[in-house]
Amino acid sequence: MATSSGHTIKAFDEDLDRLRALISQMGGQAEHAIRESLRCLVQHDLDGAAKIVEDDKKLDALEIETEQRAVQLIALRAPMAADLRDVVAAMKISSVVERIGDYAKNIAKRVPLLEAGHVIEPLSLLPEMGRMATEMVHDVLNAFVQRDAEAAERVIERDKAVDDFYNSIFRTLLTYMMEKPNNIGQSAHLLFIAKNVERVGDHATNIAEMVYYAATGDYYVDRPKGADSLANLD
Amino acid sequence: MIDTIVPKPTETEEANIVEGPPKMSARDVSVFYGDKQALQGVGVDIHDDKVTAFIGPSGCGKSTFLRCLNRMNDTIPGARVTGEIELDGDDIYASKMDVVQLRARVGMVFQKPNPFPKSIYENVAYGPRIHGLAENKGQLDQIVEKSLKRAGLWEEAKDRLQESGTALSGGQQQRLCIARAIAVDPEVILMDEPCSALDPIATAKIEELIHELRGRYAIAIVTHNMQQAARVSQRTAFFHLGEMVEYGKTTDIFTNPREQRTQDYITGRYG
Amino acid sequence: MSSADAAVSRWMGEDMQKRVASRYAAERRFRFFGFAAVALSVAFLAFLLINMAWKGLGGFTQTEARLMIDFPRSNLMLDPATLRGPQAQESVATAGLDGVLEQAAVAQFGEGGGEMFGGASARALGDQLIADPGLLDRKAELWLPVSSKADIAAKGDGDPAIEKLVAKADTKRLFNSGFLTASDATDPSEVGVWGALKGSFLTILVTMALAFPIGVMAALYLEEYAPRNRWTDMIEVSINNLAAVPSIIFGLLGLAVFLNFMHLPRSAPLVGGLTLALMTMPVIVIAGRNAITSVPPSIRDAALGVGASKMQVVFHHVLPLALPGILTGTIIGMARALGETAPLLMIGMRAFIASPPQGISDPSSVLPVQIFLWSDEVGRGFVEKTSAAIIVLLIFMLLMNGLAIYLRNRFERRW
Repeated sequence: MATSSGHTIKAFDEDLDRLRALISQMGGQAEHAIRESLRCLVQHDLDGAAKIVEDDKKLDALEIETEQRAVQLIALRAPMAADLRDVVAAMKISSVVERIGDYAKNIAKRVPLLEAGHVIEPLSLLPEMGRMATEMVHDVLNAFVQRDAEAAERVIERDKAVDDFYNSIFRTLLTYMMEKPNNIGQSAHLLFIAKNVERVGDHATNIAEMVYYAATGDYYVDRPKGADSLANLD
Repeated sequence: MIDTIVPKPTETEEANIVEGPPKMSARDVSVFYGDKQALQGVGVDIHDDKVTAFIGPSGCGKSTFLRCLNRMNDTIPGARVTGEIELDGDDIYASKMDVVQLRARVGMVFQKPNPFPKSIYENVAYGPRIHGLAENKGQLDQIVEKSLKRAGLWEEAKDRLQESGTALSGGQQQRLCIARAIAVDPEVILMDEPCSALDPIATAKIEELIHELRGRYAIAIVTHNMQQAARVSQRTAFFHLGEMVEYGKTTDIFTNPREQRTQDYITGRYG
Repeated sequence: MSSADAAVSRWMGEDMQKRVASRYAAERRFRFFGFAAVALSVAFLAFLLINMAWKGLGGFTQTEARLMIDFPRSNLMLDPATLRGPQAQESVATAGLDGVLEQAAVAQFGEGGGEMFGGASARALGDQLIADPGLLDRKAELWLPVSSKADIAAKGDGDPAIEKLVAKADTKRLFNSGFLTASDATDPSEVGVWGALKGSFLTILVTMALAFPIGVMAALYLEEYAPRNRWTDMIEVSINNLAAVPSIIFGLLGLAVFLNFMHLPRSAPLVGGLTLALMTMPVIVIAGRNAITSVPPSIRDAALGVGASKMQVVFHHVLPLALPGILTGTIIGMARALGETAPLLMIGMRAFIASPPQGISDPSSVLPVQIFLWSDEVGRGFVEKTSAAIIVLLIFMLLMNGLAIYLRNRFERRW
């Protein structure tokens, strides 16, 4: 159900808008961090990676601020129905986005551990996967601000593509590791990094379910996800 | 082996318990004051051991509807009620229903506490006396004590039963009015904004009292305060401009209402 | 100048000060006029009371003079035995005590001494003889009440000749209890207000016994039960107008209906009470309706909510709370009725009634009418008696009002 006019108490509207703005801000920062971390990985940019690790603190601070504002809103405004669902969703989304930021930090931390100049072929696939995942995050947070349940549903459907991407990278890396055993270390890092990016996609799906609930009041009925299991390995 | 504590059924689990027939039910009720229509096509159920709240903006007809349930609108000249209202299956507007007895079975507590200007004892004893519910003074004493205990006023009043009812504080007076309503052993208690004249502590005591009374009486409460309706009731009906817009479980109404008007009102987007 | 400074100077400026001064002056003027109005009213009241007291206090006293009577030497045809017997009063009345008194007075005071004593004195002498028949056997000095003329002269208001006469005698002033126990008489020194008082009391009793229940019931019905339509509006207007009708019209009504049509006894408290009841009822109905309307609807709702029937609501809750207001209306009505003269004159309470009424169908007078009749009399002695009667009336009214106010305060309840 869309909301019609604004609240009689304008400050209530302002509080809700500020909360949404914080979520958007966090989302933008997390997207940027993931993309940046993958770029630093490919270009072996150590300074860039260090900066990403530093900047993660800001994301943590934003999460704390979001939580505080949400608690204040509940205490002072006694939100009901859609407003209440929005606030609860904002709180949950902020912690999920913070975790996405942590993945970016994790990736950035591995950058110095990879050998420069030693470009492993599967490395080049990661930015594309990262782009898909971060676009999912971007779109789902837009859906949250717009309270668009259908946009959230579409995001959920895209997770299959990310999962498939991860599966192919997984097989490629396994093959690579079997073929060139002296690169196992590097490949292991890449595996973890790929898993992190795949988790970003999953988190975007979680966020999409929260957005769906906030917008409609109903819970998203699970459709069968893309095959994510290890059962499909050769 | 750890003993597990089995929790009492919560609100959500309650939804799965099958409901019996409603204590009072209204179908297509309309109220006219002369030519002006104040209520239109209202249908609602009041169940035993549930509190039903009526919410809505001022002048939307919720108090008018409440007063239909014990035929208090009969005292207003020019008021006309159409539709069906039943108590235990009997039409309360039928000619064979005695209004006086109806009002003893369906008690009412008003917005501004209005104890009689008599002693506390007399306030509570008046109802049972005129309906002949006690055969001697001893029984009457018992009824008074029981009613005051159920209303949570016995401890504060037991040593001052002969003092005037109007000398009590606002919250105590309202509890006295509740005791007075209970004393005639009603089946339904109607409350018309019972806490709007009281401070928060007195309000909380009355809300707790409503919770305790719920098991024994079917309670219908009209309130301006949405948070109170949310705290106190299990069923909520939202009134707007003389119509009943939505009626359902309180949790549903306040987390996910079906109607846009309901949502606008409870989120504060109304007006 | 900052805005704060501008504000200060605006309030402290000369213009403002002048306005403040004129406002204070206006308030002082108003207070002065209010006080003057109250003072004027008090002055008038004080003037009335002092005037009445000055003129009337004398009416409560009676002068007595000492007289020497030689009983054996007078030709009094009485003997002690008769005086002790059942025929005492009759024999005393016919014994010619007037002559004996006159003889003795002339003997004591000289020519013109006969003016000293009058009929009242003779009756007093007779009472003393019955009390002590032994007096007949000796020469006795008795204190006897003087005649009306002498009484007035003793109080300084009479004929110069009689004043000289009184000066010669040995006199004392006594409280005239007869004034409060006797009824109307021809001799001003013998008149009393008791008959009129009793008549007033009985009349008021009849008035209240009729007007109060009928008025209260009417008020209850009109406020609680009657439907609101043109008929009840007309009734309300009629009742309001009735309360303003001149009282003499009620007298005409009483004359036509109670006396000529129903042939009730003339001049009886019953008829007077009926007439006054007609007059008082509208006042009680109006006050009653106001009192009933002022009972807050919350009390009615509360009673209805507990399952009280309409009658129970009215009699258990509305009436007790409206009672103070109703009693106030009753006080007003009663005060008016106590002082009414015109309608009672019309129904014949203007006769000379020499004994107090025994019941409500005996002919009687009422105090205001009695005052009116006495004020018409010629005798000098009646002047002070009239004023004294006015004082009694005022006290009577004060007592009755006091009782009503006491009752009202008893029933006053806070809600």
